[in-house]
Amino acid sequence: MLRIDLDILQQWVPLSSRVLDLGCGDGTLLKSLEENRHTEGYGLEIDPEQITACIARGVNVIEKNINEGLENFQNKSFDTVLMTYSMQVLHRPDLVVDEMLRVGKECIVTFPNFGNIRTRIYLMVRGRMPVTKQLSHQWYDTPNIHFCTVKDFEALCGEKGIKILHRETVTGHRPDRQLSRFWPNMFAETAIYHLSK
Amino acid sequence: MPDSFPENSVGLVETQLYQFKEPIELSCGRTLRDYHLIVETYGELNEKKSNAVLICHALSGNHHAAGYHSPSDIKAGWWDDYIGPGKPIDTNHFFVVSLNNLGGCHGSTGPRSVNPATSKAWGKDFPPLRVRDWVSSQARLADELGIDQWAAVIGGSLGGMTAMRWAIEHPQRVRHCVVIASAMKLTAQNIAFNEIARRAISSDAQFFDGDFLEKGTIPKNGLALARMIGHITYLSGELMGLRFGRELRSGSFQRGLEAPVEFQVESYLRHQGDRFAESFDANTYLLMTKVLDYFDLAREHNDDPVQAFAHAQCKFLVMSFSSDWRFAPLRSREIVDALIAANRDVVYTEVQSNMGHDAFLLPNERYEQIFRTYMNNVAREMVNGEERD
Repeated sequence: MLRIDLDILQQWVPLSSRVLDLGCGDGTLLKSLEENRHTEGYGLEIDPEQITACIARGVNVIEKNINEGLENFQNKSFDTVLMTYSMQVLHRPDLVVDEMLRVGKECIVTFPNFGNIRTRIYLMVRGRMPVTKQLSHQWYDTPNIHFCTVKDFEALCGEKGIKILHRETVTGHRPDRQLSRFWPNMFAETAIYHLSK
Repeated sequence: MPDSFPENSVGLVETQLYQFKEPIELSCGRTLRDYHLIVETYGELNEKKSNAVLICHALSGNHHAAGYHSPSDIKAGWWDDYIGPGKPIDTNHFFVVSLNNLGGCHGSTGPRSVNPATSKAWGKDFPPLRVRDWVSSQARLADELGIDQWAAVIGGSLGGMTAMRWAIEHPQRVRHCVVIASAMKLTAQNIAFNEIARRAISSDAQFFDGDFLEKGTIPKNGLALARMIGHITYLSGELMGLRFGRELRSGSFQRGLEAPVEFQVESYLRHQGDRFAESFDANTYLLMTKVLDYFDLAREHNDDPVQAFAHAQCKFLVMSFSSDWRFAPLRSREIVDALIAANRDVVYTEVQSNMGHDAFLLPNERYEQIFRTYMNNVAREMVNGEERD
């Protein structure tokens, strides 16, 4: 995860709150929240190496496949449930977002925006599935099975009656920064949402 | 010669006997006037006495967890793969305490010991025990060793239950609790297997209703059968298939040959059973299986494991193994769910293994890595002086 994503979403996490991080990777985010926002909480992860990295950091990591659901967590038992850059690998992202909002009072979701102009041009000009620095896999070996655009995601939120508390966009391309504020679906590389129900 | 042992072994170890003269009141209401525990320790206790780790053994375990008893000893202690210099429970950092539980048959007070009231062996009259009795007897051992707080209490299976009980009963005395292939209580299927094992022993004609010691005999067949049943449940079907398949040890299916057929797996089980029957006490086996059956972490906490764990203050590492069907990963996940709901620090991993329940005793790269990484943190806390008061 980029430093800038982290800084943006941290401001939405209440001080001394309880957090759950779905697909917590090597525990960087949880450790950073613990240090900067004095949170406590847990991360869910399935990758053995990432799990070991979490343990080495002293992060509470639970080996769990998020695709199996969160039924073992009680309603509203966390202040914030986070999921950074994991939504696109899930079998049913819509159901997981439902679960996140059941378990957490608020949620933070970040994902790569497939509507980004560079992705669109790549597909249009080359006629092949986009492979970028951020999305570096080939179509046949990618773990990313459910891409969406900013518009797609907001449509889903609309259907489900999910409130968008905040939206921020991030892009690594300097000239796109201003543009992405006004036209996020075209210029955002990463979208960061703060949600509640 | 001790220097002939592997470099990462604790080497030659000696057992120590600790006598406790104060009577101990047991959960059943009865009192043991005095008792002794047989103990092994590995590594050095540091000046602050903050680096002690307690090993809690499983059903048929004992105090000999690591190292060798004599230079000619070929078999190391039962957890030698995990205890030693550079191993997950690193004796360069930790002072490891391993004992035979009260009621055992390897040197601690148990059914084979002499009942001071009758001057005869306790036999079947040895008081029934609960896990909490082990914890209270071990707490006295900790007092004796000058250990106020364990850096970690660690156990697999029944030992994991003991470790959890420690965390709840003595929150101030445990910094980390490592629970491996365990459960908050046994399932009906699990109790059923134990009952078959008990029936195998009690229906052996040599059992004499538990008075076999007095009759100068041993219910070997019953014990062997109990062990054979248990052993099957500790392995996975896949592993038995891989290890034994349908290989024959002797005989053949060829027409005209009458030599009796013996499968490898039959021979293996028979050997395991017989070896066990020679060393283990039948009354201890009955006692230990009942301790297992009766254990229910939350019984005294309104049957609510979250309430039970709310008493704990330590951090937890919980591990399970994919092919373990006697203490399935689901049982460990129940522990983890309760710990999360109780807002306790916990790490949980489910290790891929085809070794069944026995996996917790056997080498496994990922298991070792997780265990080592976690214990390194425990050691680092000690160095940084982050121990809780």
